[in-house]
Amino acid sequence: MARNAGRPSSLESVSPRGERRPKPKRSVGRYTLLSLTAVTLLLPVWVTVSGAIQPYSEVLDYPASLIPWPLTTEPIREAWRIANLDRYLINSAVVTVLIMIGQVVTSVLAAYAFTFLKFPYRRALFALFIGTLMVPTEVTIVANFQTIRSLGWLDSYPGLVAPFLAAAFGTFLLRQAFMSLPREMEEAARMDGMGHLRFMWEVVVPLARPAIGAVSVFSFLTAWNQYLWPLIVTTDPDMRTVQIGLRSLASANLDELNLVMAGTMIAALPIIVILLLFQKQLVRGLTAGAVKG
Amino acid sequence: MAGLQLDALTKRFDDTLAVDAIDLDIADQEFLVLLGPSGCGKSTVLRLIAGLEYPSSGTVSIGGRIVNDVDPAKRDVAMVFQSYALYPHKTVAQNIDVPLRSQKLPKETRSEMIAEAARALDIADLLGRKPAQLSGGQRQRVALARAIVRRPAVFLMDEPLSNLDAALRVQTRAELVDLHDRLDTTFVYVTHDQVEAMTMADRVAVIQEGKLQQVGPPSEVYDEPANTMVARFIGTPPMNLITGSPTKAPEVAPTDGREVVVGFRPEHVAITPDGWLRGKVLLVESLGHERLVHCEVPGGERVTIRVDPDDAIPHDGEPIGLAPTPGRIHWFDPSTGRRLP
Amino acid sequence: MTGRRSVYSSREVSLAFFLLLPSLVVFGLFVFYPLVRTIWLGFHESDFFGGNRVWVGPSQYIDVLTSPDTRNSLWISILYTLLTVPTGLAAGIGLAVLANKPLRGMSVFRTIFSSTVATSVAVASLMFLVLFNPSVGILSQVLSWEVFEHPGLLNDPSWALIAVSAATVWQNLGFTFIIVTAGLQSIPADLYESAQLDGLTPARQFREITLPLLSPTLLFGVVVLTIIAFQSFGQVDLLTQGGPLDRTNLLVYSIFDNAFGPSKDEGVASVQAIGLFGVMAVLSMIQFRILDRRVHYG
Repeated sequence: MARNAGRPSSLESVSPRGERRPKPKRSVGRYTLLSLTAVTLLLPVWVTVSGAIQPYSEVLDYPASLIPWPLTTEPIREAWRIANLDRYLINSAVVTVLIMIGQVVTSVLAAYAFTFLKFPYRRALFALFIGTLMVPTEVTIVANFQTIRSLGWLDSYPGLVAPFLAAAFGTFLLRQAFMSLPREMEEAARMDGMGHLRFMWEVVVPLARPAIGAVSVFSFLTAWNQYLWPLIVTTDPDMRTVQIGLRSLASANLDELNLVMAGTMIAALPIIVILLLFQKQLVRGLTAGAVKG
Repeated sequence: MAGLQLDALTKRFDDTLAVDAIDLDIADQEFLVLLGPSGCGKSTVLRLIAGLEYPSSGTVSIGGRIVNDVDPAKRDVAMVFQSYALYPHKTVAQNIDVPLRSQKLPKETRSEMIAEAARALDIADLLGRKPAQLSGGQRQRVALARAIVRRPAVFLMDEPLSNLDAALRVQTRAELVDLHDRLDTTFVYVTHDQVEAMTMADRVAVIQEGKLQQVGPPSEVYDEPANTMVARFIGTPPMNLITGSPTKAPEVAPTDGREVVVGFRPEHVAITPDGWLRGKVLLVESLGHERLVHCEVPGGERVTIRVDPDDAIPHDGEPIGLAPTPGRIHWFDPSTGRRLP
Repeated sequence: MTGRRSVYSSREVSLAFFLLLPSLVVFGLFVFYPLVRTIWLGFHESDFFGGNRVWVGPSQYIDVLTSPDTRNSLWISILYTLLTVPTGLAAGIGLAVLANKPLRGMSVFRTIFSSTVATSVAVASLMFLVLFNPSVGILSQVLSWEVFEHPGLLNDPSWALIAVSAATVWQNLGFTFIIVTAGLQSIPADLYESAQLDGLTPARQFREITLPLLSPTLLFGVVVLTIIAFQSFGQVDLLTQGGPLDRTNLLVYSIFDNAFGPSKDEGVASVQAIGLFGVMAVLSMIQFRILDRRVHYG
């Protein structure tokens, strides 16, 4: 039985032959270790996926088989039907895209002001922005819930989105990027008669595209994965995001874990695709500040 | 087309005086070089003219109009930056187009002007490229084109040749002079390289420690330096300056025997046994077309002598006599450094 | 002429105002105002439905912050931090070192190792819910160990927090792998080349080059992972609901439970939230110090 866990999957069956640099023997050892680690790491994923594509009786059959057989789409269709997953996915997509666009826009504007404009209390205001990092959502949920409730925004997109339309981290990251633009570029633009807004739109934004990409992907990921806030401000099943939808799917179907597995798989898929497409930007966003450079 | 006046122009950064009460009249269509060591304030003067800095006191006038409070883009000046500051994501044509679009000119006019500027700088076939696809020399031309395209009255350049290799620099110097002749525009050119100043300028303004030390044609600045700072800065190797009260000199110092600074250039001194200045050879450097003899004179000061390679070369440690060429000796006041008449 | 031009141009100041306005409105409404309001709520008591607020004064802060419940939650949060941060970082270093060789196919492994960064807390937790479920019995199959049998890790008071921590470490592994890999790649390769010439074994190279040069990255990782640990909520909500016997009742879960659970005591929840704010403020200050130094002068 334990042999199954150690079996390399097709992804890792890369031949070490033809590798020029390291000694082949060492590489074999390293590949084995890498493959074992990868398999262990992917075990929860494998269990979930295999549970989602085979009949529940097979999952419960003791010992449970790690090789899904016979294959069926039944759990996926059933989860989709009872859990309203398409509605959740749409809600998550709307909320996430709105938050991402909002954060990028407000961060670009604020970072521009902090980088290129001179105004009184600039340092103090920037410190105030950074200070918001000390106040995560978890600290203010009670008061913010009451604010959203008195605005009548419970169970609505504005309630899910509004508190996250500005981001200190994004502003900070973009300010760093803007400051690295050569000073002579700004002066050339002034000599050429560019106003601030034109300089921002025509020069700063295009040149800071890598940083803007990093901020976008980072805010997309955090917004999509939000849990506590959407849990608090939504009670209407039609307004739930996919994370909260999963929660209700799980609490209602603890006896039928394969539905939970199917729902989990469906909820995870879109973000995995996004990750694969925008890996570079995400890494840039995550490592900002972690490493010199 | 306009002249340029700086009147008691002063710029203070916190506690440091970067530009100290500079008065300077630059004539219409003149090629004026602001020359000085790095950090002397010459770039600040240029940036004050451009409007990138605002004066602490004094005025900048362009074409008789005081422009202290006028935006850079409305001063009728253009600037070429040391790094060229091209917009890397725009094509050459789009780069040159930027100042024209600010003036809200119609599209056809703009394309004509771009084509003309590109022709003038021989970059017509590069218009579709991005700066990253250009060589250093080509980028420099694009920066020039972006500056001349709106036909400014005054053309400002901040060390535009410093990013080019030596051979290209020589070629571009000649081209800039040619461009100046063709454009009928006032050029104000900042450099720390005296060769650029000597070869291109109508007049050179030497700036040190934020002050204007001397203005004049290159030959005048070289032949009659106004003070020891200018004397030391212009010429390679620099002028020899010795402090003392020379009594044996054939020419009488205009100081009635008081202490004075005697200056003479390395090429204006002969090695003869009966020279009135005694020295001891420290080192002889051979540069091929000439030799430089470094020696020490009484009082411990160093003197450099330029010697023709065909002439006899003294050897290290040899005592020699030095005779500065009469009529080529400069006298300076030891306390103020100023030239004595 | 002197002094005619003030230090600020009014055009720039008003433009700056409009550029900052959107962010300031959001921060004002959803960060600064609620922070003040939370402090204020901490001085009040309210009835079951959050109505009839009455002033009870600072004593509530002392009462709540010293109450057995809060102290338990704080202790659980600290334990949870100790369980997740060092192991998470060690695992991240292990993966990163393992994958930091220019071998063929390495990008596949790198993608796998960083992939958990894409999983949300809900997805990760539900995967582990299945994994830990004794009736599915995956773990007892792979490692036949009786703690995996009924009632299962999540219902076992001495194992529940460890199980929750395992899910957290797994979920954060992608992030730690990514930052440690970036840290490794910023170490100049010639250091290793000269170490090889000096005959250093791989183990000594790791101890004498990798670890010291990685330390800024690791410090950053420790701080960020600690912040993440103190903010954790979803794992507990999905896996244990704070139980068994409050053994997984993390600080944020306790705040949530007091505010929105059956007792609905906003005053108590607010005081706990301000306590969390204190922890966050210290951690963020350290984080910003690092961030500022790295990005500015790095």
